[in-house]
Amino acid sequence: MNRGGALPISVNRVTKTYGRFHALDSVDLEVRSGEFLTLLGPSGSGKTTLLMVLAGFNRPDSGSVRFGDREVVRLAPHKRDVGMVFQSYALFPHMDVAGNIGFPLRLRGVSRGDIARRVEQALETVKLGGYGGRRIEQLSGGQRQRVALARAIVYEPRILLMDEPLSALDKQLREHMQVELRQLHETLGMTTVYVTHDQREALTMSDRIAVIDKGRIMQLDTPRRIYERPSCRFVAEFVGESAFLPVKVSQGIVTLDGVPLKLGDGAEAADGAMFLMVRPEKLRILPDGQQSGPDVNVLAGRVARFIYQGESFVLDVELASGAAVSVRGMTSSAAMATLPQTGEPVRLGLDRSDAFLVPLEEKPA
Amino acid sequence: MSGIAPSSAPHAALLHRDGVREHWTLFSLSLPALLLVFVMLVVPIGWLFWLSFLSDAGEFSLEHYRRLASQASYARIFRTTFEVSLVTTALCVLLGYPLAYLLAQLPRRIAALCMIAVLLPFWTSVLVRTYAWLVLLQRQGIVNDWGMGLGLWQEPLPLVHNLAGTLIGMTHIMLPYLILPLYGSMRAIDGDYVKAAANLGASPSRAFWAVYLPLSLPGLVAGATIVFILCLGFYITPALLGGGRVILVSMRIATDIELFFNWGAASALGVVLLVLTVALLYLASRLAGFERLMGGAK
Repeated sequence: MNRGGALPISVNRVTKTYGRFHALDSVDLEVRSGEFLTLLGPSGSGKTTLLMVLAGFNRPDSGSVRFGDREVVRLAPHKRDVGMVFQSYALFPHMDVAGNIGFPLRLRGVSRGDIARRVEQALETVKLGGYGGRRIEQLSGGQRQRVALARAIVYEPRILLMDEPLSALDKQLREHMQVELRQLHETLGMTTVYVTHDQREALTMSDRIAVIDKGRIMQLDTPRRIYERPSCRFVAEFVGESAFLPVKVSQGIVTLDGVPLKLGDGAEAADGAMFLMVRPEKLRILPDGQQSGPDVNVLAGRVARFIYQGESFVLDVELASGAAVSVRGMTSSAAMATLPQTGEPVRLGLDRSDAFLVPLEEKPA
Repeated sequence: MSGIAPSSAPHAALLHRDGVREHWTLFSLSLPALLLVFVMLVVPIGWLFWLSFLSDAGEFSLEHYRRLASQASYARIFRTTFEVSLVTTALCVLLGYPLAYLLAQLPRRIAALCMIAVLLPFWTSVLVRTYAWLVLLQRQGIVNDWGMGLGLWQEPLPLVHNLAGTLIGMTHIMLPYLILPLYGSMRAIDGDYVKAAANLGASPSRAFWAVYLPLSLPGLVAGATIVFILCLGFYITPALLGGGRVILVSMRIATDIELFFNWGAASALGVVLLVLTVALLYLASRLAGFERLMGGAK
């Protein structure tokens, strides 16, 4: 149903300050045509500010925003022709579902018959066929979300912006909608910029993720690389769980508590404060007395706590150095039977390919 | 109660009795308020009705109503009353809506300061404000002095002791009653609605007419209704600023009592005004479909 295909977005050195607070600090961002890009960051990081700059509701102090070849940074919001799903949905309570979805078409002078047809088509797209006559207050949260989406896509904008659209839904519905939104994006193919603070949501849905902190983009990469190869400790900490063990780097040799570390490819050991990133699911418990392979780093410690979480368990382990790491495992009967008890010694293995170093801070990408 | 079968479930009877007792306790808490409403509202209005059906001789009769129906002057007074009230309400809406809109857009703290400016006159006596308008609007008053001084008009304009004075004074005094509920409902409108309208392609004026105005309508209707009802019974300001040229029902009631000591006639006027007002409001609410309008405002 897409009229003119998607448009790339090019953000160039966009800065927005409130007093001395940098909401956006000279942000550069290239969103590819048809891409699903997520802005991920904690609250106050500037992700929503950036989205509002794209929508035209926030006027930056300086910088350039281009949709395709067109400079839009000074263009009023109603002339930008981008679709947007608000966090609050912002469905007009004084119009019914069809009235809401038909609103952008009426503004564009579409004929009455075409409006009815396209509204119904948009409703079918979001799996709400026949709901046109419902009042907004009669809809559930998930249905409102779909109506808001239908309203944002009915006029076939080439860019779609979404501001935490799933945050008001309960967990199961949210996970369901993540998959559905992703499928819809593949059908419609419009360039999509999605804002969330939920790292799992970002990992599930995105082609690429831009991790934002303090008005700067810390890393822009695919979900897998963001998770496996974070550019700095902030990204590693914000996306997923992790422990960070300080390592010593001298002349290219990396040691952890005096023991040389076996590192995977792409793990660079720059001088300065570096940390070994230890994600719970990358560790495994080594059986007693078994020799570890040549490509495994061994961390020895004592079980501090056992937490049962249904499909998986978490074992908190205190290392000899006093540092704490966690190991996650699946709760199969076999695994549970051989689990060391609280207070008992335990040896943990970390494969060379999973051993990755992160700097404390890196200058933003 | 008899429908509930005695149950062998533990504590069923006791729990049921607790529920009934709680119900009656809560009811007894509201008893003083109910009593007050009965004594202050139901009894006087009932008495008003009763008086209006008594002849001067103290017997049941419809003579007061017959006189209201037969004399053209009464119909004229009622028409004037409704016209003046309607025009005052319209003026309040025209002045009050932009003002409330401005206040709703301002940062809360500045809006609160401006609100004090709106409310300050509200806290002074109606009588004082009405006399102030007399002073301002008379032939040698400030308004005429300035107007002529600036060469805007040559002769002193008749601004008081007529319809113009009545409308100016009533509008000024009624304005806060419109602004308060309207401002409240405007503050409650989520800014995302107007943003969404703009995002969907509505120019600022289209967004206002298609989204903001309908969403502020419940507050506007509430404010306008209050103003209209208060205007129907307004006495002091129209009596002083109208100069005897604009006769409203309230003034006629006053003359009937003060001059002629005719409680029956005054009561009949009051009853007719009350019934007309209620009927009109009912009609208006049916036409405008308030519930549907209100249903959307959260």
